[in-house]
Amino acid sequence: MSIAAAQKKGFGAVIWDYLTTVDHKKIAHLYLFGGGFFFLLGGLEALFIRIQLIKPENDFLSAGLYNEMITMHGTTMIFLAAMPLLLGIMNAIMPLQIGARDVAFPFLNSLGFWLFMFGGVLLNCSWFLGGAPDAGWTAYTPLSTTSPGHGVDFYILGLQISGAGTLMGGINFLVTIVTMRAPGMTYMRMPLFTWTTFVTSVLILFAFPALTVGLFLLMFDRMFGSAFFEVSLGGNAVIWQHLFWIFGHPEVYILILPAFGVFSDIFATFSKKRLFGYTAMVFATILIAFLGFMVWAHHMFTVGLGPVANAIFAIATMAIAVPTGIKIFNWLATMWGGSITINSAMLWSLAFIPSFTIGGMTGVMLASAVADYQYHDSYFVVAHFHYVIVGGVVFGILAALHYWWPKMFGKILNEALGKLSFWLFFIGFHLTFFIQHFLGLMGMPRRYWVFLEDQGLDIGNLVSTIGALLMGVGGLLFVINIIYTSVKGEKAPADPWDGRTLEWAIPSPPPFYNFKQTPLVRGLDPLWIEKTEGKGEMTAAEPLGDIHMPDGSILPFIMSLGFFIAGFGFIYQVDQKAWLVAVFAGMGIALACMLIRSLKDYHGFHITKEELEREAD
Amino acid sequence: MKGWMGKFKSVFLLSLLALVLAGCGKENLTALVPKGYGAESSMNLIILSSIIMLFVFVIVFLVYVITLVRFRKKKGQENFIPKQVEGNKTLETVWTVIPIILVLVLAVPTVAATFDLADTSKSKDGINIDVTGNQYWWHFSYAGEEIQTSQDLYIPTGEKVYLNMQSSDVIHSLWVPSISGKMDVNPENVNTMYIEAKEEGVYWGKCAELCGPSHSLMDFKVIAVSPEEYDQWVEDMQGVDPEAQPQDAVAQDGKAAFEENNCMSCHAIGSSPNAVGPNLTNFGDRSRIAGILEPTKEKLVNWIMDPESIKPGNKMTNNYPELSKEEASNIAEYLLQLQPSEITPESAGN
Ligand code: HEC
Ligand SMILES: [Cu+2]
Repeated sequence: MSIAAAQKKGFGAVIWDYLTTVDHKKIAHLYLFGGGFFFLLGGLEALFIRIQLIKPENDFLSAGLYNEMITMHGTTMIFLAAMPLLLGIMNAIMPLQIGARDVAFPFLNSLGFWLFMFGGVLLNCSWFLGGAPDAGWTAYTPLSTTSPGHGVDFYILGLQISGAGTLMGGINFLVTIVTMRAPGMTYMRMPLFTWTTFVTSVLILFAFPALTVGLFLLMFDRMFGSAFFEVSLGGNAVIWQHLFWIFGHPEVYILILPAFGVFSDIFATFSKKRLFGYTAMVFATILIAFLGFMVWAHHMFTVGLGPVANAIFAIATMAIAVPTGIKIFNWLATMWGGSITINSAMLWSLAFIPSFTIGGMTGVMLASAVADYQYHDSYFVVAHFHYVIVGGVVFGILAALHYWWPKMFGKILNEALGKLSFWLFFIGFHLTFFIQHFLGLMGMPRRYWVFLEDQGLDIGNLVSTIGALLMGVGGLLFVINIIYTSVKGEKAPADPWDGRTLEWAIPSPPPFYNFKQTPLVRGLDPLWIEKTEGKGEMTAAEPLGDIHMPDGSILPFIMSLGFFIAGFGFIYQVDQKAWLVAVFAGMGIALACMLIRSLKDYHGFHITKEELEREAD
Repeated sequence: MKGWMGKFKSVFLLSLLALVLAGCGKENLTALVPKGYGAESSMNLIILSSIIMLFVFVIVFLVYVITLVRFRKKKGQENFIPKQVEGNKTLETVWTVIPIILVLVLAVPTVAATFDLADTSKSKDGINIDVTGNQYWWHFSYAGEEIQTSQDLYIPTGEKVYLNMQSSDVIHSLWVPSISGKMDVNPENVNTMYIEAKEEGVYWGKCAELCGPSHSLMDFKVIAVSPEEYDQWVEDMQGVDPEAQPQDAVAQDGKAAFEENNCMSCHAIGSSPNAVGPNLTNFGDRSRIAGILEPTKEKLVNWIMDPESIKPGNKMTNNYPELSKEEASNIAEYLLQLQPSEITPESAGN
């Protein structure tokens, strides 16, 4: 159902529609809205950090508040902004790219979103309830186990709840891609974005449980008197770092691989060329994912694991440069000999190549363990991972939004505003982070609330702050672009970019059943094949017939609400046992929802052949 | 005319030098001007990896620019459909093999240096110092010499000094960028690293692992002096009599106030192992108060009266009776007179 159609309904009805929807396209809207909201919040936190560091010994923020700010900036950006934005884009596009009518488990899809949203809201409630977590987004023990107040408790419960949502999303995408590809869509004909969604989902499946376990241990230590990380009682504090990074390093690839997929699709489309070295690209993706699990201890070179561990992890880390390099060169070769159109989507993708190359190269430099003794926990690392995560992931998300906005919302984002916001953000980005490499080597550790006068760090920090403000303006312009486009934007045709993949074969935005008839796929870039060798449109793989669609449900929302209430109960039962009531009530609500879902039959409904035919006119 | 030119030239060269130096950061803090064994070892790898990476970047960037200039869609080509190339075995092999070689070039010296810096097998023969990281200060105990000190770490130049490090609370990380890379200071095990200063001087040390609100104020100094001066310093420190009365009346009052106000329960003077708070044996010689403040009497009085306003969350606040300004000032006088040695940061700084 298009937005325009939805707008004709009353406001209340639209809200109800979104609360109960199981349509992957609407869930994508929810993810984009939720992730976008948290992205702005995280951006605001970043600006506060940079304002505090605009000059030496500044007192804009207090020391405690500053630590809360950095913790929440990191946590928000990774878990509540980048992840959901990517999940939103995957949700919107991946089913279309494989010619499916929805994901495999629409109910679970909605549950995943609401868990993420309630988890994120729970985490941010801490701001108003005595202070946010302040032990860094990595929550190293024993700092996190001994942090006073409830900040870290909110971190634990918030991430636990939203993490469960992410895990569900990952499983759902896996099953979808394995079972729901259109006839002819073999694995080696899947678009790269679908491939990276697939590999990312595998990573989620294996990486998130490590975080879940770590968070549970942390929770027991803080709330129920266990001592997994308490050294004086025989616990081990460093084990948290292993658990966190066994999750945390693959997490980086969970973020970057989908972005790689986005760029692969965009470079091919706007060069009017088939992706160069498709097979190599697929295997490079898989190899990166595999190696991603072998390198977590490169975050721990200074922990004192000994030279053998450090040497092994150094080499394993360097090895990742090889498949990543393959990708960069294949993208360049895709454009080579093509006919390149440069619009906003392409600008973000083109900006990615040099920016990410720098981030990747500093990654190799960091892998050199002995050099890392200097870089580690300094601004060099801050610069490195912002080059990777902003220059790679955020550029990827923005490229994807510009590219698929017409497909998702039926309107084309304004080009002039798009280009302006790009240039401001791009220049601001390099201004902010390039100099931080040097700040780090000049002796500025990360997570410093103040830096002292007369340490030669003043100018670098000032430049960095100016850059951050520019990025802020760029980001704001993008928001303005969205608003402007939704009011005045031009309506998008089905295939505005002369696309190559299946999503461009159906209207923008697609009808809620996506494909009237499941398409028949004859090769890689199926639409392109039909456009150049066939009759210009997809051939149907089935006769027109009734389509079965799932029912909407409010249960995911209520179930997540239950976990949200239980979360508060867990946090506050430490102070007062009466709060256990909230634990039982919340868990009771969630369990009741599960019971209803299990016992009640959901038949779904059919769109009849006649309705479909009528719609065609 | 010539003189003017020469002057101009030297001014120009000097300012260029200053610019480069400023670009490298503050001397004795920056890792970019290494003055110790570990820092040099790291710097060699930083330079090697930078060169390799720059090489790769230049190639990528060249190909990138050429592609964009040559293959951007031109007017009149709107309907041009490029050849759909699947791939190219030779090219793909080339850009797989070359990175592997580059990575190997970096990997070999990395592994060698990693083992070299972790080699503490000869620690028995060298100077061993037990380092304790505390929120938000550092304690140094010279096991062999029975010397306790805090904040200022004295070492001889040209010699490997082994630091056996453990934390009393949360994880810290000891970093003296100009001398050596960092190593974490964990609560559960002793981590040993060695440092070796090549030149005399006062080097900035930092805590590099988030450890609480005053993490950014956990600075300390490494004071590298000649081996002879170091021996002298050891002797001076060992000769301290903790009971010694100061000369003047004000300082004597200060000593009394220091003893009456619970300061002693945390702060030791002399070689007592009590290290709840920094050892103050040579406090008058310190380069900074609490790691960060200029060592003036006024600043010290401020610290004693209200440490919270200077280092939020520190473990001294509220653990001693409220002091009058006069008491604090007397104590400050007393503490600043604790100067057992001629070997000080100032003498090392020259
Ligand atoms: C509960 C223990 C405790 C008590 C009692 C205490 N201090 Fe402290 N003191 C500390 C700690 C801990 C520090 C280190 C603070 C930091 O840098 O984070 C410190 C730091 C200092 C310093 C700076 C030391 C240096 O090496 O730079 C001085 C001076 C000092 N205290 C004086 C006093 C005086 C005077 C009193 C008594 C009025 C006193 N302290 C009482 C724990 C204590
Ligand atoms: Cu510390």
